[in-house]
Amino acid sequence: MLLRTKLFGKAYEFSGIKELLAKANEEKSGDRQAGIAAASVAERMAAKHVLAEVTLEALRQHPAVPYDEDEVTRVIDDAVNETIYSEIKGWTVGECREWLLADTTSGEMIRRISNGLTAEMVAAVTKLMSNLDLMLAASKIRVTAHCANTIGLPGTLASRNQPNHPTDAAAGIRATLYEGLSFGSGDSVIGINPADDSLGNVMRLLEMTHEIIVKWEIPTQNCLLAHVTTQMEALRRGAPVGLVFQSIAGSQKGNEAFGVDVGMLDEAYALARKHCFTAGPNYMYFETGQGSELSADAHHGADQLVMEARCYGLAKRYHPFQVNTVVGFIGPEYLYDSVQITRAGLEDHFMGKLTGIPMGVDACYTNHARATQNDIENLAVLLTAAGCNYFMGVPMGDDVMLSYQCTSYHDAPSLRQLMGLRPLPEFECWMEGLGLMKNGRLTEKAGDASFFLQR
Amino acid sequence: MDDARIEAIVQAVLAELGKETSAPRPSAAPAPAPTSPPAGDLVIDLPDPTRPEARRALGVAQPFNAEGLRNLCATTTARLGVGRAGPRPKTRSLLLFQADHGVTQDAIYSEVAEEVKARFQLFTVQTQVQDRGQYLLRPDLGRKLSDEARRTINERCAKGPQVQIVIGDGLSAAAVANNLAQIYPVIEQGLKAAGIRTGTPFFVRFARVGVINDINEIVGADLVLLLIGERPGLGVADALSAYMGYRPGPGKTDAHRDVICMITNNGGINPLEAGAYVVELIKKTLEFQASGVELKLKTAGK
Repeated sequence: MLLRTKLFGKAYEFSGIKELLAKANEEKSGDRQAGIAAASVAERMAAKHVLAEVTLEALRQHPAVPYDEDEVTRVIDDAVNETIYSEIKGWTVGECREWLLADTTSGEMIRRISNGLTAEMVAAVTKLMSNLDLMLAASKIRVTAHCANTIGLPGTLASRNQPNHPTDAAAGIRATLYEGLSFGSGDSVIGINPADDSLGNVMRLLEMTHEIIVKWEIPTQNCLLAHVTTQMEALRRGAPVGLVFQSIAGSQKGNEAFGVDVGMLDEAYALARKHCFTAGPNYMYFETGQGSELSADAHHGADQLVMEARCYGLAKRYHPFQVNTVVGFIGPEYLYDSVQITRAGLEDHFMGKLTGIPMGVDACYTNHARATQNDIENLAVLLTAAGCNYFMGVPMGDDVMLSYQCTSYHDAPSLRQLMGLRPLPEFECWMEGLGLMKNGRLTEKAGDASFFLQR
Repeated sequence: MDDARIEAIVQAVLAELGKETSAPRPSAAPAPAPTSPPAGDLVIDLPDPTRPEARRALGVAQPFNAEGLRNLCATTTARLGVGRAGPRPKTRSLLLFQADHGVTQDAIYSEVAEEVKARFQLFTVQTQVQDRGQYLLRPDLGRKLSDEARRTINERCAKGPQVQIVIGDGLSAAAVANNLAQIYPVIEQGLKAAGIRTGTPFFVRFARVGVINDINEIVGADLVLLLIGERPGLGVADALSAYMGYRPGPGKTDAHRDVICMITNNGGINPLEAGAYVVELIKKTLEFQASGVELKLKTAGK
């Protein structure tokens, strides 16, 4: 293999596909921490020039982790549609980018090609795309899914109601949930990150959220973001579960750090189909985020974008209802500032769509990252323009349990108003029926948690 | 933990310091009574919007159930009942949020002032980190002493004390600035009263907790205590943590350490009380010759 170019008269050579991909990646503090980033901007550009000439076939032949060593590689490679792959394997990455952006290429055509791609191809083309490229291409791709309601339809933007509480107090979670519902947050899911992962607590909160869903006839699904094994046990014991959640990584070793493997996820998916109270057929919810593999020393020398794309390839196996990257949660040693967080958010969203999964984003940051709430609002606008399925909703963007900041209950209605979008159709009907929304706008009754004290 | 003994330590220290016995609280003084300004003269004289009662004021103009909404808001520290201006937050809640975030940024990006260190005769050494940006990017370098720091510690510190006290900036200069003057004397006096020999205290700039391993390779203490600024939470930017390790050294991790966290006058353990806890934990660590998980196992077996 020979991978080299001259740029401004200087020669650059790359030892292999993995190194080439890493050096072609946009600046990320995590890649630098891992010691695999380009040494200079010129070297990064040289890598991109070479990468543009690499064929999709070469990328399939050189996965970040060898087929025999890693079950994530196997899941992705085994799922490739060989007929479609044989049509596109001769494309270069540069040609693939232009095909995705071409006026003659529709979203339907991209959805079909998705089934012939591996994660390394998805990551490679992402590295050649500018931010606006990522938005434009992603906006073509609609991936819808159905559980209790329908997510991802054109013209809609959903919001996960995330009513977390530092000690899981039922009254506090209920109050926060009411506040969010009154703003029209909760159509994606009512999803709680429990402080206490124990079975009893998880079952108690599943019952509590389900009771509210039933009492108010809310067309949505609930989810407790505990470890998947806890949710599986809750399902076996008859707890009302709407969606089954797990955080996943892009390598077998990374998933080991999360305490999961493909066999366990297969079992969880089977249990969900058997026991979830919701209509389906999409029952799974996954979260990801660039850098989690490196933090578990499970990146195998690959850059964090490649590892992230592999998460989406794994998620696709389970026909999820929703997947989101938690893009700024990991901290500045992986994504340093708002420039890197913004870029990563746009990359992840595009890669999820190109992989063929219904993609949302937790646009967020921690206090030690160089970012502010303004940066997260900017990112949310960009992603909404790109056709993102959903964001998080927390009170004023301040999650008092996870100690990070993301999008506010105010942001979904603002983004809907700004971009002419609606909640998920079933949920909008429900809001209208209660008088909290009219013609896609909040009414004067909205934004008041005490509305839900009536029943 | 024996509450009576802790109270006794606090009282003893406070008596020595000649201070009031009640722990100082964040300024919650009522707003000054408005005086009528001369006509035409612009006077804006605001009460602190970060007072708990100000934070709790309802922002919903005409709630369906005002009493009910107040009760809902009381169930959580989340920012509920804030209302809206169109779909956006109201001005007051927007500015309060931005102030809460702003104070975290000031805490992370500012330096501990020399007078804070001078008060306890702390000299300063630095880890291998060069600047604040690198501190955030490279946690590994914040766990290692620079060569110069090693030399300075070797020259200036007493060797083989029972307890080596170290102060680190961590992720909040405000945590050190706001709490050290209260917690440090309690610890110093408490250890002295218990007949525990301390070494030469100093300050580490750009410190991560793991730096105590490097430090103890030089000073050889039985226990290293590190008081370090925590990552600021929204609205609580000055929380300090006290980490303790029994004979720290290469390869020791958080599993070998004990920690008392959230030491702050703003909704955490107040620093006077925390100092007394630290002293008690040091005594226990020295008695059982273990810290972290090992200490828990040993005390459980007692």
